[in-house]
Amino acid sequence: MKLQRIRAVARKEFLHVLRDPRSLIMGLALPMLLLFMFGYALTLDVDRVPLMIWDQSATPESRALVDRFTGSRYFAVAGRADNYRTIERAIDNRDALMALVVPSGFARDLEANRPVAVQMLVDGSDSNTATIALGYAEYIFAGYAREVRLEELQRRGGRTLRPPLAVEPRVWFNADMLSRNAVVPGLIAVIMMVIAALLTSLTVAREWESGTMEQLIATPLTGPELIVGKLVPYMCIGVFDLLLSVLIGRYVFEVPFRGAWPLLMGLSLLYLVVALSLGMLISIVGKSQFVSSQFAMMATLLPAFLLSGFVFPIENMPGVLQMLTHIIPARYFVTILRGLYLKGVGPAVLWSEALLLALFGAVFLALAVRKFKKKIG
Amino acid sequence: MTGTDSSAVVVLHDLERRFGDFVAVNRINLSVQRGEIFGFLGPNGAGKSTTIRMLCGLLTPSAGGGSVAGFDINTAPEQIKERIGYMSQKFSLYEDLTVEENIDFYAGIYKLPTARREERKRWVIAMAGLEEHRQSLTGTLSGGWKQRLALGCAIIHEPPIIFLDEPTAGVDPISRRSFWELIYQLADAGVTVFVTTHYMDEAEYCDCLGLIYRGELIALGTPEELKGAMTEELVEVACEQPQEALFIVEGLPGVQHAALFGRGLHVVTARAGEAIPVIATALTAAGLRTGQPERIVPSLEDVFVSLIEARDRQTAPQVEVAR
Repeated sequence: MKLQRIRAVARKEFLHVLRDPRSLIMGLALPMLLLFMFGYALTLDVDRVPLMIWDQSATPESRALVDRFTGSRYFAVAGRADNYRTIERAIDNRDALMALVVPSGFARDLEANRPVAVQMLVDGSDSNTATIALGYAEYIFAGYAREVRLEELQRRGGRTLRPPLAVEPRVWFNADMLSRNAVVPGLIAVIMMVIAALLTSLTVAREWESGTMEQLIATPLTGPELIVGKLVPYMCIGVFDLLLSVLIGRYVFEVPFRGAWPLLMGLSLLYLVVALSLGMLISIVGKSQFVSSQFAMMATLLPAFLLSGFVFPIENMPGVLQMLTHIIPARYFVTILRGLYLKGVGPAVLWSEALLLALFGAVFLALAVRKFKKKIG
Repeated sequence: MTGTDSSAVVVLHDLERRFGDFVAVNRINLSVQRGEIFGFLGPNGAGKSTTIRMLCGLLTPSAGGGSVAGFDINTAPEQIKERIGYMSQKFSLYEDLTVEENIDFYAGIYKLPTARREERKRWVIAMAGLEEHRQSLTGTLSGGWKQRLALGCAIIHEPPIIFLDEPTAGVDPISRRSFWELIYQLADAGVTVFVTTHYMDEAEYCDCLGLIYRGELIALGTPEELKGAMTEELVEVACEQPQEALFIVEGLPGVQHAALFGRGLHVVTARAGEAIPVIATALTAAGLRTGQPERIVPSLEDVFVSLIEARDRQTAPQVEVAR
């Protein structure tokens, strides 16, 4: 490989990108758009569930229960009702997702130590949110029931009692349980893969289509020189995108970063080589811009989205799919980014992922060089 | 035969290329001497580009072989690529790059040292007449300019042999003429030029010609040799209704073949002296206004049309038999 030729190819490729608005939009604007879109849309958190309240009892006891709901950050009062029609309308209009109905005999039954039934109505059309919201509600009910029981016991025994068992949950790595903190690093991995592969998928195919490749293969330029030269500018775009994504993650989405910056940069470069080489390989085999870009989209977007563990945990997948995730490079980078972002782990933990990424990169590059022929047809 | 000839820089030896059942190039033998302008002629689809691509190492021969600059086209295509300049049929410049950027790119690909790079860049720009357009995007240039720039980029490393595949297709006549002047200059400097074309007037500029038809080389020689090789005689008939005249003349005794040519007909016959009165009588009898038929010296175009006609007559019965 001759440096002078690689430099000539890289320089030419840079100029193509700079003069082609399509490449610029795809390389710079699209990743930012995706990051913002998914960063805001892909929030898996459920909080401030809109709640309708119908307190038929209207007693200090029932108000104490209702206060526990209105005071919680998981619920927001959407309105008060005094009949089922109002509740139904609110749920139909999506003004409320849940309704709490306290029966009129609430305080009386409580006093008489009879079992009390409180009604929760839930809009099940979004089952995930409904389940999570019900969980919150049950937690509040349990807390209330425990307090009522304690008060009762204290009154009878005449002394202060301590609850027998108290759970003090403590969440590690993502203490606020914000799904965004896990979504943004995963998103960066997906976006880098798709954009990088898409960018390079056009580059060799374009030269075959425009006829310039016939001229190029009649020169002493070698396959590796062409491939490396073409990778350079897209590598720069990739690094720029990465830095921008990381900054947006840090300052717009306020995702904390706990790892080492040099490690993030080094592993990201490795990942970029994997994605760019994959696109290059597709471009060399595809030979047409349309076929190559479609294939690059298919080969990266869905697997990176669905099989990388970014949205769906790999442990919950059927066995066959779990096996399949091992050949998805994004899987390893999602693990790396989450490890760096949330846990702040170092090379001791991430070396196996890094090694596998390096292997992917080497295989894709070797295949690209092998498949590139300085022949027509 | 010419393999041992040290001055033969391009040698084809039973060169063959098939695409499936189709034989694009059928066992071609020829050699080109150093400093010669070799014109490779033939109709579209005859196998000109396929041959040139095999010589430049872009296409692998199906059988046979050859050598360029002393290197075997089957085993050393990359060595050949360092010693040739190739200009493909399509303009192969990067249209979104400026004139200078295109030149710089190819200078880099051919690894020109810095000092020589500047000198060659000046040469290419001057040769193409692009002094005023150094910073223009190549896509905005006219066809003639693009063609000269493409040539300049293809020979920026001063190769001893250049292959030009229909370099003047789609270029205006004035640009074509000045392009050929350039080719002459290069040949004078000792460069061997292998050029394909289907313009017959360009054939006259070449030192040596090969005519390829349906994949086969059907004639080889200098323009004079080829003209002298035509044994038939040629009669020109100027007339106002050439279509109708053609219909009449083709059926006359002693006429081997007739073809539309400019504002009249070219009639191939064994003996012009006997055919002329027959033609004149027949056309007058049909009431067509014609000039007096005249015997003329055949041009290269006449020679090639006659050679191709002869080839068709020769192969047609064979095809019938084969069925």
